[in-house]
Amino acid sequence: MEAAMGLMRRMPPKHTETALTALLSLLPGHSSDLLSQVDQPLKVLRDGENEKEFILCEYNRDADSYRSPWSNKYHPSLEDGMLPSSELRKLEIEANDIFTIYRDQYYEGGISSVYLWEEDDKQGFVACFLIKKDGSKDAHGKRGYLNEGGWEAIHVIQVGPEQEGNANYCLTSTIMLSLTTNSDASGTFNLSGSIRRQMKADLPIEDGHLCNMGKMIEELEGKLRNQLDQVYFGKTKEMVCTLRPSPDLPSMALPENIKP
Amino acid sequence: MADEEEHQETELSDNQKIDIAKWFLLNSPPGEIQYVAKDLRSVLRDDNAYQMAASEAFPFYNKTHIISLQFPDRSGDVLVSSFSEISEDEYLDPRTAQVGKIDHVKQICTDIRPAKDEELPTPYIEEYRCALDAEVCKYVAEAYPKATRLSPQNFCNGSWRSIWNIEFMDELQTVEVRGKMQVGAHYFEEGNVQLEAQHECKDSTMFQSPDDSSFSLANIIRHHETEYMSSLETSYSNLPDSTFKDLRRKLPVTRTLFPWHNTMQFSLTRDITKELGIEK
Repeated sequence: MEAAMGLMRRMPPKHTETALTALLSLLPGHSSDLLSQVDQPLKVLRDGENEKEFILCEYNRDADSYRSPWSNKYHPSLEDGMLPSSELRKLEIEANDIFTIYRDQYYEGGISSVYLWEEDDKQGFVACFLIKKDGSKDAHGKRGYLNEGGWEAIHVIQVGPEQEGNANYCLTSTIMLSLTTNSDASGTFNLSGSIRRQMKADLPIEDGHLCNMGKMIEELEGKLRNQLDQVYFGKTKEMVCTLRPSPDLPSMALPENIKP
Repeated sequence: MADEEEHQETELSDNQKIDIAKWFLLNSPPGEIQYVAKDLRSVLRDDNAYQMAASEAFPFYNKTHIISLQFPDRSGDVLVSSFSEISEDEYLDPRTAQVGKIDHVKQICTDIRPAKDEELPTPYIEEYRCALDAEVCKYVAEAYPKATRLSPQNFCNGSWRSIWNIEFMDELQTVEVRGKMQVGAHYFEEGNVQLEAQHECKDSTMFQSPDDSSFSLANIIRHHETEYMSSLETSYSNLPDSTFKDLRRKLPVTRTLFPWHNTMQFSLTRDITKELGIEK
């Protein structure tokens, strides 16, 4: 399993799906471990009833069907597919509505879906917030800079039962992205990657689960975006500049004869 | 879960295992194939399949990544590439007129021998090659610092590959230049982010004496590589405010954090838009 994760850290992030499929076929005994530790690119289905798209994941799957958060129905239809309790469904509807606005404000496009379900043995529940955006100039790239641009965010929150007015929230967020620019003058430039982080908090229930979860997601998503931009992209840039330092930049170590 | 049932059906054939192993090896980021090989062996648990895959994937990887190997007697280095290939495990170093024998999987040069006459260019061509080599060496020494090697302990790897095809056209008295630059970088501390960039360009110059041609060719190479380097830096500096912004903004369009405390306002406005039938 460790070696499998080692391979996943080295394979190009844009080939995650192929790499995962290959590992699943080599290590069938570890399939549930692999599927829980490696996030796959998100797929989308159209809910015919609302003409709205929704995102597929393990959390809205039952057998080979996926539940739409808009109509609460399975696609393709399933007789007795698992449904959240009516109380949780109410929160799910609200979460989907609000998260749509959140997604629009940060992403200016894209698709989002939220799924809630009861924990089997515990008293709490689990929520999964998903965002998928195609930022290429042919899709939702407002500024039209990207020839290809995919962003996927997966936020899974475990919400514990109430304890003295508080609930424990444990959020695991994964971002997967790829962006490509292409021009005659500078060729193709592609950055792709994935990172995953966790965040835990005890928050007062009176603020509402949605508000608590939303704030955590907004904070961690912002942090991850910053880290990708500053740290991860920055490190690859540093690497390139080490390979071939630009003569235009003031060099760190000036030749002896230039020093005063 | 349904996974358990599927296990039984999907027993991989040897060929499938070899194909998968090759895929992993060939997709190794620059300088990381040995680490990938190590993990792959323990995932594969089939040494025969691994050896088969390695014997096919390593030579291909080494040639496409143009790895540089030191001669056992330290008299120079040999580049493993399709241009210097004499046989699958023999590569020519025209500078020292030696042929290095390569162990592809270990990525070392195990033996050297003097190149045979027929493996070397004619004296006329050699005059140009030698002059060009000298000029390009000068340029490479100034543009690419030698000390920086790959540093997997810093979770960072990268490579710059340039291939310059130079065609001396006798009749036209011109020299045609075609360049292909490929740059890769990988940072993987608690994540996995990779850069893949490439660019092709063309240029030409006059057919002159070996020294004069070499001087202007090295200048052409310097010019295009410097220009490409600065275009890479521009691509990076465009990220925060333009390219990356098309994926996700730093702040919402409202330029303030999302009002989670006050989401009722949205429910109300949504009800109104629904009622008025002006929803998107």
